[in-house]
Amino acid sequence: MEMILQSLISGIVIGSIYALVALGFVLIYKSTAVINFAQGELLLFGAYICLTLVTALKIPFWLAFFATLIAAALLGFLLERLFLRPMIGEPIISIIMLTIGLASLLKAVLHLIWGSETLVFPDVFPTEPLMLGPLSISQVYIYSVFFAIVCLILFNIYFRFSRSGIAMRAVANDQQAAQSMGISIKRIFANAWAIAAVVASIGGILIGNINGVNSSLSSYGLKVFPAVILGGLDSIPGAIVGGFTIGILEALAGIYIDPLVEGGSKEVVPFIILVIVLMIKPYGLFGTEEIEKV
Amino acid sequence: MAIKCGVFKTNYKDDMAIWQTKAVKFWLALFILGLVAFPFVFKDSKYLLYVMNTVLIAVIATHGLNILTGFTGQISLGHGAFVGVGAYTSGYLMNQFGAPFLLCVVAAGFVTAIVGMFFGIPSLRLKGLYLAIATLAAQVILEFVFIRWRDVTGGNQGLLVQPASIGKFAFDTDYKFYFLALFFAILSTMVAKNIVRTAPGRAFMAIRDRYISAEIIGVPLFRYKLISFGISSFFAGVAGSLWAHYIGIITPEHFNVMVSVQYLSMIIVGGLGSVVGSIMGASFITLLPEVLRALSNLFSDKYPFLVNAFGAIREGVFGLVIILFLIFEPDGLAARWRTIKNYWKLWPFSY
Repeated sequence: MEMILQSLISGIVIGSIYALVALGFVLIYKSTAVINFAQGELLLFGAYICLTLVTALKIPFWLAFFATLIAAALLGFLLERLFLRPMIGEPIISIIMLTIGLASLLKAVLHLIWGSETLVFPDVFPTEPLMLGPLSISQVYIYSVFFAIVCLILFNIYFRFSRSGIAMRAVANDQQAAQSMGISIKRIFANAWAIAAVVASIGGILIGNINGVNSSLSSYGLKVFPAVILGGLDSIPGAIVGGFTIGILEALAGIYIDPLVEGGSKEVVPFIILVIVLMIKPYGLFGTEEIEKV
Repeated sequence: MAIKCGVFKTNYKDDMAIWQTKAVKFWLALFILGLVAFPFVFKDSKYLLYVMNTVLIAVIATHGLNILTGFTGQISLGHGAFVGVGAYTSGYLMNQFGAPFLLCVVAAGFVTAIVGMFFGIPSLRLKGLYLAIATLAAQVILEFVFIRWRDVTGGNQGLLVQPASIGKFAFDTDYKFYFLALFFAILSTMVAKNIVRTAPGRAFMAIRDRYISAEIIGVPLFRYKLISFGISSFFAGVAGSLWAHYIGIITPEHFNVMVSVQYLSMIIVGGLGSVVGSIMGASFITLLPEVLRALSNLFSDKYPFLVNAFGAIREGVFGLVIILFLIFEPDGLAARWRTIKNYWKLWPFSY
């Protein structure tokens, strides 16, 4: 029982990071209709930048954290301007391939700069585990869930009340109508990429503090697909619910299915769930159904 | 053998002909002759023959993907895994039942076609982005099966496979295998070129261009999408089978998601919906890392870091090539080739 609870907790932690990455993903899809296969690389970028600032330049963690967010936002702007803007109006397959190419390019650049070894954050959070009855929870876990939830709340507020957040929702809803109301679509697209990069790098910093940083972190970019499909590709609450659900299901699969197939089910169970969801409810739990009229 | 300087066709039959002019026939014959002569000239270079063999196998698989993605408009991120299904089927049949090679190739094609059609079922309800993700799931699930179903696939250790042989003749060297691969590559090109000219081929294109209209003019969407998945996977299976009997050992990492991405990049670089494009794209993407390797060896004396960084550089250049093609030449090498040809048709009086 304790073991199950323990892995449930780690499932929730991983789920919170999925939720963050999924949030950025949904954001880009919602406002620009682009599926971003490079989300995992954005996460990796954030993790590396923060790590370098903390270890090599000895900047205090909190300062480094915010500096990383600014760097990520700049990267997001740059990617949108250089690669995505020329692709406006191209078919879906071209845009998917473009983000795949982008993922490959980013990964190579990161690899060239930081190498392939696992780099470890210095202890930023207190190392003493918190005892909750018989369970011991390391404090990093609590911080990262706390962080994820704060981010999710902040972004919800941003989309609900701030001017640019509302503009972004308007573009997502109907590009033409938004444009005729005087909203600059190009700026919204750029904002969407910047925010997605910021959210992904928060996820990267958190997971980097838990597991260390190496290039395999970019696989989070693929793992996020089951989460967003489950929640609905264009729904922000869906991304959050989907992220946590997939994280927890993964943890459960680790306990119950791994013994049957000699391990490794964590990788594949989310994708089996994905196929089932696509078969039964293609637009996910909260996604908008597309109705086609002739 | 002059190239005609304009369009002089007066009926549809001429317009649809594969051999548009005698000159086309001549140049193609010369090209194939060149391909046949290649191994005789470079008989001693195992490396060159190896590269050519991988190109030829890639051409077969790319034809398959182009029928599915280029002609039918269904994105597949699982092509690499389908090639793997073919490889394992063929290897297993030969190892366990001693099946002859030709039977293995055909069986691999059919088994892969069935697997491909199974994973194509979601395509009835899913389009575009959603289908891409569904096929990505197929890739991940199949990869898991390759690793875990040890009795059949040998797991991570891999499966040892006998070289291809017909009767008593074994294609056990790069030199001998070249002819086998060339035969299958030419055969698959002919099949691909002709499939897209038949009624199903036209149905595929109708689905790609506007599936609602296609359905209204009487194209059963589900059936043709499944057929397209089947044909595409059949090609993948044949390619996988050839690969298995050529390399001799098959391991799951030969068929991971990067391989699927590479196949997609081949049709993007070559040109979506173009049979010639498949050939060009497959050659380009397969030769790219080899050219890079040669360059990096050339400069490694001066810049020794190149040796360590080669993997990353290869991946980066691969990504960059895809991006540049998509931005500057979205219709691929095939379109560029057509432009060049048209330019020379009217040269020097291009007006």
